Amino acid sequence: MIGKTSLFGPVNPARDAGYDDPPARKGFFTDTSICIGCKACEVACKEWNEVPDNGFDMLGMSYDNTGSLNANSWRHVAFVEQPARPTAPPVDLGMPTLLHDGVADDGQQTTVAGEDRPDFRWLMSSDVCKHCTHAACLDVCPTGSLFRTEFGTVVVQDDICNGCGYCVPACPYGVIERRERPEAAKNVGIAQKCTLCYDRLGAGMTPACAQACPTQSIQFGDVDELRERAKQRVEALQAGGVTDARLYGADPEDGVGGAGAFFLLLDEPEVYGLPPDPVVTTRDLPHMYQRAVVAAGALLLGAVLSFLERRS
Amino acid sequence: MAEAHPVGFQWVMEAKLRGAKIIHVDPRFTRTSALAHTFVPLRAGTDIAFLGGIINYVLQNELDFREYVVAYTNAASIVSDEYTDPDELDGLFSGFDPETRTYSPESWQYAQQEHEGDTRQDMHEQRETSSAQQFGSHGASVSSALRDDTLQDPNCVYQILKRHFSRYTPEMVEQVCGVSPEAFREVCEAWTQNSGRERTTALCYSVGWTQHSVGAQYIRTAAILQLLLGNIGRTGGGIMALRGHASIQGSTDIPTLFDLLPGYLPMPSASKHPDFQTYVDSIRKPGAKGFWDNSKAYTVNLLKAYWGEKATAENDFCFDYMPKLTGDHGTYRTVLDMIDGKVKGYFLFGQNPAVGSAHGRAQRLGMANLDWLVVRDLVEIESASFWRNSPEIATGEIVPEECRTEVFLFPAASHVEKEGTFTQTQRMLQWREKALDPKGDCRSELWFLYHLGRLLRERLAGSARERDRPLLDLVWDYVPPEHQHEPWGEPSAEKVLMEINGYEIATGRPLSSFTEMKEDGSTLGGCWIYTGVFKDGVNQAARRKPASEQSWVAPEWGWAWPANRRTLYNRASADPDGKPWSERKAYVWWDEAAGEWTGHDVPDFEKTKPPSYRAPDGARGVAALAGDDAFIMNGDGKGALYVPQGLIDGPLPTHYEPVESPFRNALYAQQGNPTRKDYPRPDNPINPSFPDEAEQVAVFPYVFTTSRLTEHHTSGAMSRYLEYLSELQPEMFVEVSPALAQERGLEHMGWCHVITSRSAVEGRVLVTERLIPLRVEGRVVHQVWLPYHWGAGGMVTGDSANDLFGITLDPNVLIQESKVGTCDVRPGRRPTGPALREYIAGYLQRAGLDTGRRTPILTTGTAGSHTDGREADEGAQP
Repeated sequence: MIGKTSLFGPVNPARDAGYDDPPARKGFFTDTSICIGCKACEVACKEWNEVPDNGFDMLGMSYDNTGSLNANSWRHVAFVEQPARPTAPPVDLGMPTLLHDGVADDGQQTTVAGEDRPDFRWLMSSDVCKHCTHAACLDVCPTGSLFRTEFGTVVVQDDICNGCGYCVPACPYGVIERRERPEAAKNVGIAQKCTLCYDRLGAGMTPACAQACPTQSIQFGDVDELRERAKQRVEALQAGGVTDARLYGADPEDGVGGAGAFFLLLDEPEVYGLPPDPVVTTRDLPHMYQRAVVAAGALLLGAVLSFLERRS
Repeated sequence: MAEAHPVGFQWVMEAKLRGAKIIHVDPRFTRTSALAHTFVPLRAGTDIAFLGGIINYVLQNELDFREYVVAYTNAASIVSDEYTDPDELDGLFSGFDPETRTYSPESWQYAQQEHEGDTRQDMHEQRETSSAQQFGSHGASVSSALRDDTLQDPNCVYQILKRHFSRYTPEMVEQVCGVSPEAFREVCEAWTQNSGRERTTALCYSVGWTQHSVGAQYIRTAAILQLLLGNIGRTGGGIMALRGHASIQGSTDIPTLFDLLPGYLPMPSASKHPDFQTYVDSIRKPGAKGFWDNSKAYTVNLLKAYWGEKATAENDFCFDYMPKLTGDHGTYRTVLDMIDGKVKGYFLFGQNPAVGSAHGRAQRLGMANLDWLVVRDLVEIESASFWRNSPEIATGEIVPEECRTEVFLFPAASHVEKEGTFTQTQRMLQWREKALDPKGDCRSELWFLYHLGRLLRERLAGSARERDRPLLDLVWDYVPPEHQHEPWGEPSAEKVLMEINGYEIATGRPLSSFTEMKEDGSTLGGCWIYTGVFKDGVNQAARRKPASEQSWVAPEWGWAWPANRRTLYNRASADPDGKPWSERKAYVWWDEAAGEWTGHDVPDFEKTKPPSYRAPDGARGVAALAGDDAFIMNGDGKGALYVPQGLIDGPLPTHYEPVESPFRNALYAQQGNPTRKDYPRPDNPINPSFPDEAEQVAVFPYVFTTSRLTEHHTSGAMSRYLEYLSELQPEMFVEVSPALAQERGLEHMGWCHVITSRSAVEGRVLVTERLIPLRVEGRVVHQVWLPYHWGAGGMVTGDSANDLFGITLDPNVLIQESKVGTCDVRPGRRPTGPALREYIAGYLQRAGLDTGRRTPILTTGTAGSHTDGREADEGAQP
């Protein structure tokens, strides 16, 4: 049953879930330093998994009109327009500009190329379900719809899910969501998220997003091997002067026991809209359980004692 | 490149991973810039000034690859002393006639070369018919020229180049382009340090580069720079044109252009080519060096492919059946002729000019004035629905009930529903299998054209009229036997490819190379440069051997013309003696022991001609090429730094301002390209520029440019109708810098509209620091960017950015200037209905354009003073 490490710390999730001789754990290493923001992953995912559109709203968040991972977007490419950290005094854009016949003629208040404008960055990153080693969504699912596959991934079974929604707040990343629209879409009301293309994996194929990625920013493979590759890549980048390069989700000692889908980032996770230190929301369950048992035991003991005392 | 060519960009990322330095030069910061090491913003339309500055840096510091330059380019050739540079003529070359705005190129020739080239009348005709682009592959028809291998003669090309570009200093680059000297220097150093024996630099451009009134000269500037640095014909070098569609290269090889025949043979001209021999001689230029000497064989084989047995030596292989050019039949001339009621019918195959072409209003008004219009596309695109759903319905200019055009919309099969080839930018043909049958009535282009031809021939059967002979005598047999019993059978694309490849008529043996083509009519072949694609009867384009199972050049993936050669002019990858320039860059070399050229690629040279070969006196054609004449298609065997003939706007690139510019040309008195093709008519107004009054120019104070988003494809016909792509970029928007937003009171995500003298288009405001104001000629200039993907149809609709452009064309190739213009930007939505035209009329009045006045094209002699405007005087004032 629930062992001490089942909810926290490094384990092989498939073996932990009861598979005797599972294949190597599969996952994604997303190297955002070579993501070109083409969104082929988003489209390929939807094509393969028949995920419906998510509405036609311009969001004004740079080129991100997807907004977030949700029931209708299992891949999400974030676009972060990032003025370089202030190495020079902030540029004053607040004063009105003098105009002559509609032609700006100030030169004083307008930042022009080559003046006070060090390396502006446009960060792009394709986000996805992390397929946590300790997946809270799975832990809280009362129907068994969410299950651990032999590849160590976490998948929703649409025909078992009853739409209770417990998994939604349980996810520390805000990934899983119940589908609410379009009305005619399949699985409305059902929890939806990336399956790491479980059907393709079963057929020995690469997940659709990784297959479509033109620059191999999304790399699919055995998690152990990917972690090694990611470590080398981050070291190479740092040696090349990209000192902000870091891995996110690759550490088995982290709050979710390491993610099956992890990332190489070029800035703090918050910059990409990722939680800095996610912790599986069920981590404290054993602890809470023990406390509850102790408390219940104490209550029971008190009750028994009170009866005993009354007798005597 | 990452924006428009994400799949191709993987190789840039691969190169970056291997240590290549990536520099991106663009008016705005794009997805490409985000991945580049260095981003250099510049003012749209100033690329010749920028690249010219680098050329000047190379020449002033003598950083050119001297051995390569002397051996393989025309740097040492002596030019006639009658040549005068724009330096001395206010921005014009010698030989200019202000009346016709054309050059007489006699003074541009090499010294002591008997003039056998073009005359002014030719230049005028070439501009009408864009036939100069045929020289893109033909090169100058010059033969021997005087040389000075020390490059010291003041009239040698090298010295002329040096003088010509001496004005293009870093300070001038800063003034004109708005590029800081530091950024400019970084580019210069990176480029030169990564060129030479051991290293090469590649230049990639997307075809927006060609969409300028000096577009051909943009590419020429790149060619000069790459030749000077020894980056042509060598691995890792080159100039890569990133084409706009999957098979745009194919559509010029087997052309959809009015002035070309397959394999870059020119379309015959009614006035210049009265007979076959005259036509052939005009291509091969008797006495010139190189492979064009065989053009009679190429033409005979093409005519045999068209008319088979009917084409005989006695009847000049039916040359008289060929349609002949009588003038400008380009797409923009045609559209204006449609407005004027001179065109009755129009076919559109996978093209959406209502959204995708410059001056959308003219496109739509033209199509609304036809008898019939045939549209073949995947969906009902705007070019099929313009008569009931377009901006002109709102303005009242098109009334659905009254629009006379009968539109025939044919559903087309998509690329996965038909077989055939794509020819990509490396000239590589890749065969495409049919994955599934098209739905319903959707059919391939091949099917449509075959059966259209069949029906026309059936209608004309038995006709005795001579004019029907060309159609009736055509070989029209593309349906394979197994489908011939079906009345509407699908023709075989492989059968067409076999005809393109060519074969021996008596035996049916496929030709393996164009050198097997005969002049006597015993062979046929539809496109000489494609000969070999069906070598040995095998569809070579269908080869898909994985990279891991063959050499790094991957010769067994698809098939590249000519002769499966992956890098053109690769003789230049070896030194004059035939040895690789360096171990690292070894590509093709002379094997002395074997007595032949060998290497990783198919050598682009006669296999057994040794490097030491020198042609005997009187040799011509291929035999006249020396063992170190690496540029075998050019008349002198040399890469052309200087082009003595073939270009309409000058032998060297010269910075001219875009036709619409808020700035004066800082380099010369001549403001814009003096030979540009313009259409001066009231429905094609052009925003004021120098020498107009400053107040008039300032009515449109900003520079705007357009391009693509990764999420959509050109006019949106293949993306706005799909939910998965539409949701990724759901609305038309306009990118502005924070400074411009502040100046014009634009709010992020609010509405704004962009105005030119043609129209106004609206979109949501995207305020972004990716757009950077530039300081040009001491003033701050704001650039505005718009994507051009939206129209009235599809899941996501919006205004079309191309409605903003007018029609002005590059004189060499008749491509429109649609990547730079001037505009105004205002907050809020644009007026709709008739109010829109009134709104534009107000701008025309303020800009002084309401009287029909047009900006003078010639501005020499105006230094320091503004002249009065000029009435439209080009003879087309309606």
